[in-house]
Amino acid sequence: MTSVLFTNARLIDPEAGTESTGWLQVNDGRISARGEGSAPSTEGHIVDCNGKCLAPGIIDIGVKVCEPGERHKESYRSAGLAAAAGGVTTIVTRPDTLPAVDTPETLEFATRRAQADAPVNVLPMAALTKGREGREMTEIGFLMDAGAIAFTDCDHVITNTKVFSRALTYAKSCGALVIAHPQEPGLSAGAAATSGKFAALRGLPAVSPMAERMGLDRDIALLEMTGAAYHADQITTARALPALERAKRNGLDITAGTSIHHLTLNELDVADYRTFFKVKPPLRSEDDRQAVIEAVRTGLIDIISSMHTPQDEESKRLPFEEAASGAVALETLLPAALRLYHAGQLDLPTLFRAMALNPAKRLGLDSGRLSQGAPADLVLFDPDVPFVLDRFALKSKSQNTPFDGQRMQGKVISTYVAGNEVFRRP
Amino acid sequence: MRFAHRHLLGIEHLSQSDITEILDLAETYVDMNRQSTKHSDVLSGLTQINMFFENSTRTQASFELAGKRLGADVMNMAMQASSINKGETLIDTALTLNAMHPDLLVVRHPHSGAVDLLAQKVNCAVLNAGDGRHEHPTQALLDALTIRRAKGRLHRLNIAICGDVAHSRVARSNLILLGKMENRIRLIGPPTLVPSQFAEFGAEVYDDMNEGLKDVDVVMMLRLQKERMDGGFIPSEREYYHRYGLNVEKLALAKPDAIVMHPGPMNRGVEIDGTLADDINRSVIQEQVEMGVAVRMAAMDLLARNLREVA
Repeated sequence: MTSVLFTNARLIDPEAGTESTGWLQVNDGRISARGEGSAPSTEGHIVDCNGKCLAPGIIDIGVKVCEPGERHKESYRSAGLAAAAGGVTTIVTRPDTLPAVDTPETLEFATRRAQADAPVNVLPMAALTKGREGREMTEIGFLMDAGAIAFTDCDHVITNTKVFSRALTYAKSCGALVIAHPQEPGLSAGAAATSGKFAALRGLPAVSPMAERMGLDRDIALLEMTGAAYHADQITTARALPALERAKRNGLDITAGTSIHHLTLNELDVADYRTFFKVKPPLRSEDDRQAVIEAVRTGLIDIISSMHTPQDEESKRLPFEEAASGAVALETLLPAALRLYHAGQLDLPTLFRAMALNPAKRLGLDSGRLSQGAPADLVLFDPDVPFVLDRFALKSKSQNTPFDGQRMQGKVISTYVAGNEVFRRP
Repeated sequence: MRFAHRHLLGIEHLSQSDITEILDLAETYVDMNRQSTKHSDVLSGLTQINMFFENSTRTQASFELAGKRLGADVMNMAMQASSINKGETLIDTALTLNAMHPDLLVVRHPHSGAVDLLAQKVNCAVLNAGDGRHEHPTQALLDALTIRRAKGRLHRLNIAICGDVAHSRVARSNLILLGKMENRIRLIGPPTLVPSQFAEFGAEVYDDMNEGLKDVDVVMMLRLQKERMDGGFIPSEREYYHRYGLNVEKLALAKPDAIVMHPGPMNRGVEIDGTLADDINRSVIQEQVEMGVAVRMAAMDLLARNLREVA
């Protein structure tokens, strides 16, 4: 197997919360040793990092790969290439495909496709209820045997609390992690924007940011009832944070994520009805964005995800209300996150705590860190190199990114999965 | 300053002088429209297509007449009955029409922003005849002309806009226009239909109509859509009329010479008392319709001048 020595690297260690200049040795796909200063002499392949950043590869929870059903939007191959180019070494895929991944058979199909085509690790999630319809729970035990890493109905909220409480109770007995979308659907139905001055000016149907807190409050009450392991996929508003903080303080098994778009964009970016900025939940006010950044800094929000959602041109070239939600983000996750670093709001160990270490911990993986024995899933990147994003240069089959034409800073140089190079910027 | 716009998509993009220029030109068309021979050739040779993705009788008729009086070749397309039902997208429809080389495209669409989207894809001048709850610029302009003629000025007036502000493109365009012209605006209605965020536009928000109407110069009523009447936003039609319907008693709180406006079509006995609507000493509702044709003639004339200049 491979033996690689990374020398002269700026090592980003999210576990210790530190950066240091040093070396890292990889043997047989795992990190075998690391140290500060100059490297010991060694046989085998040497990668001189030239002082650039070497960090654990990103683990991205909530990636939509459109197989089965809409392979023209994104396949395992295109998503895998995009992930590798973006420094993402593990994608945790969503089950909101056509049909939904809600049986062991569809899960096995997805796993087979992923293994054949994707150059990065793919961990599939399965639906919590059949067809994501919120009526009957899926075969959680069989699905776990088939490799489901977590259970989620994605953006479908299970409105029937009896169904949801039973699913949570059953999931707990299986040791399964449930991921939910905290939102009060009665309030958010039909909404395309967050209520406020901007939505009023643009005449867009809008949802109060309070709908997120209501959804979270309900879910927290259900967790107190059931004791299940729960992750909120996206917390995007300031008003939801105190409830989250209280739930954590009370010892519930709860974690929360947020999306890179809610961390780096606000509602005003929609401007003249630009549908590439339509995401779910809708972009929030600047006050909410700042509160969410602060929550990531303190660790109240554990995880940053890309919420990669490919949409073809046809589903976006429509009036704003009719257009599909979602944005591709596997390749822009790191450069967008680096905006927060360059703005002096989050340091690199904090970013990689939210993008690698915490997702690994939540999913029970031993990756996401630079410690000895961890899988050599690594990303080497230059955080400073500036560029203008061209969406047609993306490797995703769909190019619906809100960052098209924007100035960004930070590029992946190369990506490694189990010590093997899966991407190198030409 | 001359009118330097390719499209008329919203009041948001217009300056004070743009607005004044349209209204001044519209005055000349008011005069022309009152003569027995009401025809000009300023649009002759140009093709105007009216694309209405939403039902409309008045606005469409007004645009059609405006175009015909200026000598344009006018075609009406009722889009809700045509290709949309065959699954064609808005952009494809736009490109299809564009290939027929229209010069002026008048568009109404049920979704906010749809007319902006369409305008990006065509070569001709686009006039927004109402998009979702976003803007309805010619309505605001005709309201402005009506106010200016009745009051002798279009600034430093107290103007009340009453009713379903939340879902009204007429309210939004008027709010922007009247604000730009430096008037004081009050929004009156139940909080379910007049959300508090409208205060951020510099308007005063009232849920008590008697308080809101005190000493205003202009009372602008909005139409309450039938589908919003039952239980969803207000408890009932009769309760709405009791609290927010305009009648002689409530109007007495306004200035003695206050005028009453309504964009039509009216729900008599829901938002406005029928007798009051017909009172020619207070109501300028018929004049609004007349101004509508003149304002649309002016807007199309100005856009066509720019078209010819480019060509």
